[in-house]
Amino acid sequence: MTTIHMKIYHLITATAVPLLLLALTGCAPKNPTQAITGDAAEKVYVAPGKHDAYYNFVSGGFSGQVSVYGIPSGRLFRVIPVFSQDPQTGWGYSEESKPMLNTSHGFTPWDDSHHIALSTTNGEHDGKWVFINGNNTPRIARISLKTFRTEEIIEIPNASGNHSSPFLTENSEYAVAGTRFSFPLDYAGETVDVPINSYKKNFKGTVSFVSINKESGNMAVAFQLLLPGINFDLSRGGRGPSKDWFFFSCYNTELANTLLEVNASQKDKDFIMAVNWKKAEQYIAAGKGKKLNVNYAHNVYSDETHTSTSTMLKEVLALDPIELKDIVYFMPCPKSPHGCDVDPSGKYIVGSGKLAALIPVFSFDKMIAAIAAKNFEGEFEGIPVLKYESVLHGEVKKPGLGPLHTEFDGKGFAYTSMFVSSEIVKWNIENLTVVDRVPTYYSIGHLSIPGGPTAKPHGQYVIAYNKITKDRYLPTGPELTQSAQIYDISGEKMKLLLDFPTIGEPHYAEAIPAKLVEPNSTKFFKIEDNKHPYVTKSEKDAKVVRQGNQVHVYMTCIRSHFVPDNIEGIKMGDVLYFHITNLEQDWDVPHGFAIKGANNAELLIMPGETATLKWSPDRVGVSAMYCTDFCSALHQEMQGYIRVSPAGSSTPLKWGTGETPEAGLAAEVK
Amino acid sequence: MKKNIASIFVMGLAMGSLMIINSCGSKTEENTSAPSTEESTELGGQSAVKDDDSQQDIVKVASGSKDHTTLVAAIKAAEYVDVLSNAGPFTVFAPTNDAFNKLPEGTVETLVKPENKDKLRDILEYHVAVAVYKTDMFKDGQIINMANLGNVKISIKNGEIFINETAKIIGTVPSSNGIIHVIDNVLLEKK
Repeated sequence: MTTIHMKIYHLITATAVPLLLLALTGCAPKNPTQAITGDAAEKVYVAPGKHDAYYNFVSGGFSGQVSVYGIPSGRLFRVIPVFSQDPQTGWGYSEESKPMLNTSHGFTPWDDSHHIALSTTNGEHDGKWVFINGNNTPRIARISLKTFRTEEIIEIPNASGNHSSPFLTENSEYAVAGTRFSFPLDYAGETVDVPINSYKKNFKGTVSFVSINKESGNMAVAFQLLLPGINFDLSRGGRGPSKDWFFFSCYNTELANTLLEVNASQKDKDFIMAVNWKKAEQYIAAGKGKKLNVNYAHNVYSDETHTSTSTMLKEVLALDPIELKDIVYFMPCPKSPHGCDVDPSGKYIVGSGKLAALIPVFSFDKMIAAIAAKNFEGEFEGIPVLKYESVLHGEVKKPGLGPLHTEFDGKGFAYTSMFVSSEIVKWNIENLTVVDRVPTYYSIGHLSIPGGPTAKPHGQYVIAYNKITKDRYLPTGPELTQSAQIYDISGEKMKLLLDFPTIGEPHYAEAIPAKLVEPNSTKFFKIEDNKHPYVTKSEKDAKVVRQGNQVHVYMTCIRSHFVPDNIEGIKMGDVLYFHITNLEQDWDVPHGFAIKGANNAELLIMPGETATLKWSPDRVGVSAMYCTDFCSALHQEMQGYIRVSPAGSSTPLKWGTGETPEAGLAAEVK
Repeated sequence: MKKNIASIFVMGLAMGSLMIINSCGSKTEENTSAPSTEESTELGGQSAVKDDDSQQDIVKVASGSKDHTTLVAAIKAAEYVDVLSNAGPFTVFAPTNDAFNKLPEGTVETLVKPENKDKLRDILEYHVAVAVYKTDMFKDGQIINMANLGNVKISIKNGEIFINETAKIIGTVPSSNGIIHVIDNVLLEKK
């Protein structure tokens, strides 16, 4: 800001604010306005003890987690820890879960989780898994819809800014990952030390296809496509006629490496990239894949062992679509497209040029015909670019400003979020006319209709996830709650029903009928199936084992005591591992474990589960430990002590419950 | 030169604001006749947020200028008050009242009629870019794509910045959600 500008600004604020205030607040704008009618409360009211009709899985954005809400009530049920450590459950603090956060960068306890993808079979929700991307240190996580726990995290090599992820193919054959940030790829080895302004020459992008095992859900990086150094933003798998294809929105076709705010907005059109993944599979089968040397982590959690493993993988298969010309095509799309959404029929691909005042809709049939007719306007970095008119179904004219994302109601209508004009716009997919619009409060990002991204949407509601709340709730200092809003879309006109606050910053979310998930929910883990290497299946098996300065405490918990709850003979310099098995076989009776001075967190141990907390005593004396999860009327009695003696002292190792060590404690408890 | 413009711009603020207060008589319509069993609440958009402390956004800055009453009236007629109160970021080329007066007689009066809302929006969007272009970022020959998808061309002559050869930037005011370049002619897109 120059001095003169500063002066102007100061004068304006100094002189004009009081009057302007009157002018603007006394004159609330007539538009957009909307009536909240009295029956809104009735439509979102779920009586005490009754269940919501839908689960809503909402990405946590910079929280790195996934939250679970009920729709239509907007009630928060659970925050599932995924990429970020969670001291309340011990996720990323317990010895069992630490490997889940391992990457090629070492222990990586945070990420930015943006997009939910619920598994589908034949393009419809099957209620098995939730997938979520890690944007910052590129990863995809899989969450079980039986346990609502993160079961698997796979790192994506040759990637940076995994934004266009983890969207799925029609039968969840693959989840995809793409580079939002192109960069000198990992496999290039030592040649990655290049000047940033050599971007056009040295920076490349990739999209990865991560296979998903139909039974176990286990993921593997099946192959990658080596692509020009543009930014891949969002993506969707085709379905029905387009099921063999995947579509990615691309921006920064200017190949800018600085001030993208301006420099990546120069061209009238960027691209939607169409990928024929079936064709890519054929090339892989024909041995056309090149092996690249990389290093990435694959982390798997087991409900049987209640532990996780992290394996470093060293190789990935890559295809070069510039060489193999019929895998990848570009469709020109106006102005830095963001959302890239496929309608329920699989016939139309909706691009949302976030800086454009129109929504282009591409026809899959026309695209296939244009490819057959080689209707190209040229090439971009060696990849054919189809003619815009040859692939266009049509444009929604003047829908609003800043179109971002589109969901579908299965009745022939599309709902597009408009960030700049802060509204949801409903339009007819066939004739491309706007039929309704409704304001959001404020500045909507993503939106979700139950089943909205599938072949069979359920309609009924659209949920807006807003970027700005300002005055919508009681203020809480500079940092305000994030917010969602539910609209009834069962009628012709959208009607606002409810605001509800959300954790982190919600990006994409999906909603699924409760009946597809609720019956499968795990109530507890069977103790007889527990294959944890340090499991203690009964109180008589509880013990303390010293291995040099490592001390393993095989501990049980059940209402309302730990075994052992008195331990002596621990010395300064020891490292303790509390392996705690919850012996309860009853629904909703977790126990917690905390010990004074722990530098990590607590544990929450589900019935039938074993979890381990590491503890290094830092002082001589007696430390208390206790149950943190209110478990019974005698929860407050559920406690114990550990005596820590000086290094080299001769205090014998003793443990037990029910008798004190001083009274000559037996090593076993009946 | 710039200082003169600045002082004129600022002097206008108080009067401009008063005019707005006076023009606030029109009552809100629709939705007030909900069935008596249902309670009805009218909601405003982001421009209605009560916030006297934050830096002013584009709408608030423009509303405070006596030289931009026509532009502000047009923004209201186009129902763009909330849009330009949004996070942006925007670059707005803001024609002065004098600039609008240079249009053929009756042009503005016609454009602000409800039936011409789409046309008015198109013209306003041709004055808005979704990005912040500070003065020192303009280059001779630069093409900028505007919110209506039309392009404007920047030219620089003797240190003065022109849009589409005709409209000169005569002042610049930063705002919380972007930047306003005051121009002396309305931008008309050649279609």
